[in-house]
Amino acid sequence: MPGTMVIRNGFVFDPLNEIDGEIKDIFIKDGKIVEDLKGGDLRDAKVIDAKGRTVMPGGVDSHSHVAGAKVNGGRMMCPEDRYKWVTKKTDLTHSGSGNTVPSVYIQGYDYAKMGYTTVFEAAMPPMEARHTHEEMRNTPILDMGGYLVLGNNWFIMRYLKEGNIEKAAAYTAWMMRTHKAYGIKCVNPAGVENWGWGKNVSSLDEPNIHFGITPREVIHGLAEINEMLGMPMSLHLHANNLGHPGCWETTQDSLEVTHGVKVKCNMDVEWQKTKIDPQRNQSVYLAHAQFNSFGGTSWGDFESGAKGIVDYVNNTDHVVIDNGAVPFGPATVMTGDGPAIHHLYKLTGNKWSNKDIELECGSGILSFNYLKANPVHSVEWAIGLELLLLVNDPWKTILTTDHPNGGPFTKYPQLITWIMSKKARDATFAECHKWAQDRSSLGGCDREMTLYDIAILTRANPARTVGIAHRKGHLGAGADGDVTIYDFDPTKLEVNDYTKIIRGFQNAAYTIKDGEVVAQDGQVKSVPHGRTFFSEAHMDEGIEKEMLKDVKEWFKYYTLGFANYPVPDKYIRNPSPVQVNKPIEAIVGR
Amino acid sequence: MNEVILRPKGSIDIMVEAEVINPDIFAGKTNGEIEQLIVWQGSKQLPLSEFFDVDGSAGAAADTKIIIEGDVPRVKHIGHGMKAGEIVVDGSAGMHVGSEMIGGNILVKGNAGSWAGMEMKGGTLHITGNTGDHVGCAYRGSWRGMNGGKIIIDGSAKSQLGGGMSGGEIHVGGNVENFAGIRMNSGLIVVKGDAIRGVGAQMGGGTFVVYGKLKQFSPGFEYAGTEKNPKVGETVLTGEFSKFTGDFAISKNPKGILFASKEEV
Repeated sequence: MPGTMVIRNGFVFDPLNEIDGEIKDIFIKDGKIVEDLKGGDLRDAKVIDAKGRTVMPGGVDSHSHVAGAKVNGGRMMCPEDRYKWVTKKTDLTHSGSGNTVPSVYIQGYDYAKMGYTTVFEAAMPPMEARHTHEEMRNTPILDMGGYLVLGNNWFIMRYLKEGNIEKAAAYTAWMMRTHKAYGIKCVNPAGVENWGWGKNVSSLDEPNIHFGITPREVIHGLAEINEMLGMPMSLHLHANNLGHPGCWETTQDSLEVTHGVKVKCNMDVEWQKTKIDPQRNQSVYLAHAQFNSFGGTSWGDFESGAKGIVDYVNNTDHVVIDNGAVPFGPATVMTGDGPAIHHLYKLTGNKWSNKDIELECGSGILSFNYLKANPVHSVEWAIGLELLLLVNDPWKTILTTDHPNGGPFTKYPQLITWIMSKKARDATFAECHKWAQDRSSLGGCDREMTLYDIAILTRANPARTVGIAHRKGHLGAGADGDVTIYDFDPTKLEVNDYTKIIRGFQNAAYTIKDGEVVAQDGQVKSVPHGRTFFSEAHMDEGIEKEMLKDVKEWFKYYTLGFANYPVPDKYIRNPSPVQVNKPIEAIVGR
Repeated sequence: MNEVILRPKGSIDIMVEAEVINPDIFAGKTNGEIEQLIVWQGSKQLPLSEFFDVDGSAGAAADTKIIIEGDVPRVKHIGHGMKAGEIVVDGSAGMHVGSEMIGGNILVKGNAGSWAGMEMKGGTLHITGNTGDHVGCAYRGSWRGMNGGKIIIDGSAKSQLGGGMSGGEIHVGGNVENFAGIRMNSGLIVVKGDAIRGVGAQMGGGTFVVYGKLKQFSPGFEYAGTEKNPKVGETVLTGEFSKFTGDFAISKNPKGILFASKEEV
């Protein structure tokens, strides 16, 4: 029977259900996890022997740049990232190429081989939503969703400045439905708008050009809108001043802006009874914190500023961060933060591209290489690890490389060894520039994370943070049948044998999605089409009508017609909408 | 020395990708095994024997000499990445001959296509005729070209010769066209004939020598005196040269040196 299986006798790590390495059987029926299988179901189920192996929920990546115009720009700009990384087609799989920015097919296969089944695209500009959906639709295996970039949107800035938060919320809700977007992303709020004039904002209280709105007002406004609607994910913030020495202070102040915003998810889903509350409790999810945790005042006295961020996160309960680590080697930096990429271009002279998304946002792309011999890059490596190791509660952190900004997602296994083994960190300290040791506190940190912690950082917490733990990130009954089996015995695992850890996490023994084996020992076994998650958010119909009048009026300034703005249904292969703030009576006529 | 002779079986329409023509890959293989090595032609995979009669068998890579008897301008990637041994093409070779080569020797007794010795790391590539564009150059998008070994072209080369070069030597007996030594960081390029324009554009290091005419001089270079019979590493340049440093268009303190023959400036 398809989608029905038993995974026998594995050591199960399921943090949301507080299962820490217990030997357990996992049952899947029709693609969903169930308590038990009986009779004919059990007889017909595929049986996988996981004895002596590690079993976790399917991996969830909550922040990765894998689809859309900017990602594709990175592909086009960098033929040198492709011609030495070529994958031939097989009877089952598509051909492809690319190292730091692989083609969509390779992305799907590589994530699946590592045990990941769900990946969220971190930045979808509204006008590029169609392109983003096209790439998500063509990414095999993975369930996906995209975060809509709203931090410099002209309507949001205008309504917030007018103090009309309800209209801004109505706009946000309509935009989520229109572009089939999952959550709210805010990139360099108020600053990217200034980039249109070759400028940026330098503090949280600097009003931007024309709109006169400050970053603080945008962050607070969007966080309020997010909870007013009850979105699955909290506001996802790429803070101002990113990539500049001393930016940690701005970051800390930005986090504080959302302190006191009352968290409220209002989704029409069935939550399972997991031991730990599957609903998020953060009011802000800080993206790629490493790039926002620079210390010092210049590149000369550059140092880690992780301590300020770590202290803030440890002392409050409203923040989750992903680290955006730098594992060294080639990368392609790409972000909606145009001025930050221009700054990097001025520093490196590397090839650079910039894009303006009219009335909405912008982006920049730059080819990059992180070198162990480079003092700044070495400190960045240390910051990325400090942010995971020094935050006491793993439920506040998520492991990423901000793919492909810090490095490609295929480096996650390497990252895992650094946080599991002090010896692995010491080996890298010996190879990289001494600033890593001298200008960060990583050298003094003895913490070695366990497989349970890794399961939190790579599946349970990303799922909870983005509000998808009603179906992802755990192995309780009712969850999707996404399971990863890694080929190591946790009772015999030697954390200092890091080549073995890397190999184990690189090629999962089995990656199971919806109860079907999709990858086994580094080979893709089946290529189902993934789902697209998006939020069908709703606001008061009257306010929405008023708002739409404004939008239609302004559409004369867009290069496309109003009717062509929405993402048509045909762009989504397996739509998986979540109703958000749904009124009691179903809204008609939508 | 074990000799393996490859005789072309007539003309080829769609170009053949033959990186298997490489002593490292031939090493230890019998005649029959070499015949069965797979090459790509378009979307098809075919045995080497489809395009060549194979004579002889290989020994260790370093003791294997591959001789291609005849013109193979539509066979690409001959000796791609080779580490040891020898290849002689008794005629013209297609694109990418000796690309990413690490060691050993390749002799092409004729012309070679574009991308010969692309991103080469070691060994010697000698082309007695002319070559196309991008010889000893970085691949598109990259700025890391050849970083070791030696390329000798008795004839002329076209554009982007030694682009992004960071080591090794290129000697051209004839002329070059545009942007030779673009973004060069280290190494030596000697051109006996003329260059059209853009020589050493964006170079940050290394040495470029032109014996003939520089038709359009790159604007970012500064005059740094005259030198007679200057020595660059082991290579002695004969004659009197004007010395320039640059390219100031890319750096405030560039280390690139351009020697232009005094007679021709």
